Amino acid sequence: GAGQDVGRSCILVSIAGKNVMLDCGMHMGYNDDRRFPDFSYITQNGRLTDFLDCVIISHFHLDHCGALPYFSEMVGYDGPIYMTHPTKAICPILLEDYRKITVDKKGETNFFTSQMIKDCMKKVVAVHLHQTVQVDEELEIKAYYAGHVLGAAMFQIKVGCESVVYTGDYNMTPDRHLGAAWIDKCRPDLLISESTYATTIRDSKRCRERDFLKKVHETVERGGKVLIPVFALGRAQELCILLETFWERMNLKAPIYFSTGLTEKANHYYKLFITWTNQKIRKTFVQRNMFEFKHIKAFDRAFADNPGPMVVFATPGMLHAGQSLQIFRKWAGNEKNMVIMPGYCVQGTVGHKILSGQRKLEMEGRQILEVKMQVEYMSFSAHADAKGIMQLIRQAEPRSVLLVHGEAKKMEFLKQKIEQEFHVSCYMPANGETTTVLTNPCIPVDISLGLLKRETAIGPLPDAKKPKLMHGTLLMKDNSFRLVSPEQALKELGLAEHQLRFTCRVHIQDPRKEHETGLRVYNHLKGILKDYSVQHLPDGSITVESILIQATAHSEDQGTKVLLVSWTYQDEELGSYLTSLLKKGLPQSTP
Amino acid sequence: FLQYCLSGHPTLPCNVLKFKSTTIMLDCGLDMTSTLNFLPLPLVQSPRLSKLPGWVLKDGSTFLDKELKECSGHVFVDSVPEFCLPETELLDLSTVDVILISNYHCMMALPYITEYTGFTGTVYATEPTVQIGRLLMEELVNSIERVPKAQSASMWKNKEVQRLLPAPLKDAVEVSMWRKCYTMPEVNAALSKIQLVGYSQKIELFGAVQVTPLSSGYALGSSNWIIQSHYEKVSYVSGSSLLTTHPQPMDQASLKNSDVLILTGLTQIPTANPDGMVGEFCSNLAMTVRNGGNVLVPCYPSGVIYDLLECLYQYIDSAGLSNVPFYFISPVANSSLEFSQIFAEWLCHNKQTKVYLPEPPFPHAELIQTNKLKHYPSIHGDFSNDFKQPCVVFTGHPSLRFGDVVHFMELWGKSSLNTVIFTEPDFSYLDALAPYQPLAMKCVYCPIDTRLNFIQVSKLLKEVQVMNFLLP
Repeated sequence: GAGQDVGRSCILVSIAGKNVMLDCGMHMGYNDDRRFPDFSYITQNGRLTDFLDCVIISHFHLDHCGALPYFSEMVGYDGPIYMTHPTKAICPILLEDYRKITVDKKGETNFFTSQMIKDCMKKVVAVHLHQTVQVDEELEIKAYYAGHVLGAAMFQIKVGCESVVYTGDYNMTPDRHLGAAWIDKCRPDLLISESTYATTIRDSKRCRERDFLKKVHETVERGGKVLIPVFALGRAQELCILLETFWERMNLKAPIYFSTGLTEKANHYYKLFITWTNQKIRKTFVQRNMFEFKHIKAFDRAFADNPGPMVVFATPGMLHAGQSLQIFRKWAGNEKNMVIMPGYCVQGTVGHKILSGQRKLEMEGRQILEVKMQVEYMSFSAHADAKGIMQLIRQAEPRSVLLVHGEAKKMEFLKQKIEQEFHVSCYMPANGETTTVLTNPCIPVDISLGLLKRETAIGPLPDAKKPKLMHGTLLMKDNSFRLVSPEQALKELGLAEHQLRFTCRVHIQDPRKEHETGLRVYNHLKGILKDYSVQHLPDGSITVESILIQATAHSEDQGTKVLLVSWTYQDEELGSYLTSLLKKGLPQSTP
Repeated sequence: FLQYCLSGHPTLPCNVLKFKSTTIMLDCGLDMTSTLNFLPLPLVQSPRLSKLPGWVLKDGSTFLDKELKECSGHVFVDSVPEFCLPETELLDLSTVDVILISNYHCMMALPYITEYTGFTGTVYATEPTVQIGRLLMEELVNSIERVPKAQSASMWKNKEVQRLLPAPLKDAVEVSMWRKCYTMPEVNAALSKIQLVGYSQKIELFGAVQVTPLSSGYALGSSNWIIQSHYEKVSYVSGSSLLTTHPQPMDQASLKNSDVLILTGLTQIPTANPDGMVGEFCSNLAMTVRNGGNVLVPCYPSGVIYDLLECLYQYIDSAGLSNVPFYFISPVANSSLEFSQIFAEWLCHNKQTKVYLPEPPFPHAELIQTNKLKHYPSIHGDFSNDFKQPCVVFTGHPSLRFGDVVHFMELWGKSSLNTVIFTEPDFSYLDALAPYQPLAMKCVYCPIDTRLNFIQVSKLLKEVQVMNFLLP
């Protein structure tokens, strides 16, 4: 799911032999089989538990966790499911709410039950931010703050030195109640990023907020009613804080309601998980808890018919069912009223229809609803915009990027931008498509102790903070790599050693006798190579360490002496250095 | 691998570890037992304290009578109380790369280290540790600063003079190094150097060493630390508990196969079983109140008090104490109670489950709601209007030398109906009471120390299979 689409996020990642499922969401736009991901992609007949090492849920929105009980209890999965503490707390409540709407209101059967939600949540392991969770010996995951909603997290999945980061939904600008997403420079092989607002660059938040308040204020002033469809947790709290402070400042009297049920509970979660909110709220919560609202009261269904202005927050956010849709139908006919859509609406929902300009809606039972009320759209979704997505890529420095959770056309644009700016490959697979990303895995090599001791004995003492060059023979045997000394390698492989020797002739103009030339060379080298053992042998030849130098007269020209420099392959470095040194000639003055 | 021990106090450690060319300070505890040598700081003018006679030497010379006062045969310094810092001479503390904090009690010396030694490194601690540590420091600074003392005694510290003094002053070590309390700006500066970490978070130090905090089960956010290179593993176990109280249980599995295990912060009263002590606490409290007396509980503003309140929550109705007011007085009382409710992730499983409902994890929320527990920043202001007796008062500081507790000792000390119940194990209760003698009030000692005892340690060591074991 979520391939070139928004809804039913569900991504399978195979990394170094481990299979991880990222999110398990439902699709708001469908009521048939298409509302859940197609789990037959994982396996046709075996148990899912055998194929998946773990499942990770990024946050509590239903398009990220709505299919979880279906997946774990009805399809069957018993492995670990990871999510943050707030997600674990809130997720079952939204699932139960979703179940109620589907089963109790729409009368569907063959849907997951309350007990299934409970059983499913028993499989959940809660994780802390930045905690490294060892799923098994090789697979580890780590959560980062994502901002989007309370408890939203990005996850790093790591096996050996290969890693993937999945962002879930995130927000790069702090808002009134949450902080901004943050990740360290973890350089994953692949970054899987949402791209809801791939082409949007939003104007400043302050402007949007002022606009929103102005519209609400104007409508209320002229006696109209304002409907704000929201999801119980997330934007709702953000807008409540905004209106609460505005009402207080302007001393407004019109009532603000919040549709019943979840709200009170929702605000309670915010109070208890206040460590997940932004700096300012965390700092001041002892004096004044921002989630204790003075002006916002619980909504009762009967209030919708009350005369006079009011502002109502009602769920769900896309006007596809429930209370928000009921109120919408009541108020839609009056041009004094206004509906403000504060977030993204999935195709197929009433929200999407009215936003795309449709004013005559076909409701259930072929009834036509004429929309006369004003329709406003204001992006208050806490998703990163194009700028934010680029910013996250800059922070994490991935080797490749994969876009999900967005519309194909917009993704295409962002993909080009990413490839241009970061010179990394960018993918945007559709649902059911597989993308293969090549990585450069690191391969551990064992070094033999003897060789290590021998090599560290040469040159300066080892320093933990500096790299050191070592020589040895790489043996690849039985799927393992070892670095051993050449002698040992020969012995193990049963090979005879071949000596490789380089010999080089250097011509020098020197009329003196051979042994005098030899002596000059010796003195010259002795003077320069102070750290090496330079020896003059009785037979007139010179050795520098194991390199041999002999001076002979040229067969034709007695004034030219030929210096034979000979060294083994192992002394290549010193040998070539000596040749180039001797090629420069000997100093003029003779000792 | 090198270790230096900079603190003489067994439960308030300060060690420095040199490992793989990094220098790591383990904890930063402040020994406050030095304050027991000082006179209490009364919030309200105390005629009794101001009338105490000056101390006169055997030869009759009186040059110290302004600095030293005598009370029931003990001699006290009449000055701003001072603390015994970790040893700062042994090694150059500016070379310390990082400081790892294991719990909020073990960070009280932090401002002295970060602000006065040229320290430029980073401090690592969990969020509850920092938040509650800040509250403890705030309370400390507040309770000392609100009672300005004109004189600062220094004559007695002269080595020649100190020799002539009676015990324990005579035997106090390094009195010249004792320091006055830090200030709030210093606390803020010190805390700003802390980087927050979560349990099981792997933190790389210069690519040479990796450190990881683990749950230690002793207090909110308390942690043990694993310090490891690729092939060696050092475990630092400080202030750990295997008992089930409010914090997340101790993570023992991750300590397995350590090459070295450094163990500090063991219980100081291995014979006192915490459960038994809580029971005794409740029954003594009930008895006193039933007889019309008041109960004073000197305590820190966070930690065991949460457990005590929880016990009382279950106990008061059955004991017929539902009408007795409970007061919690501290400049940080409100913050402490509020903070305790928001660290769900750091709490034991039971409390976590409550948050999922969502309900506050600690029942003191209900005690406050039903007006059974009231909290005040100090005895001044609202408290004096609401104050009803008999009552139970929780307040600091456990040393009985500063804070609101001094006032209640003076107020209630003369009546044998009242009881003071000591629950914090850090101070000897007899020493704490010395400047209040003679005392008619009943004294009960119910120390609650949930840290590891010897039996638990040997069991732990068997389970985690360490190669070397170090008890600094």
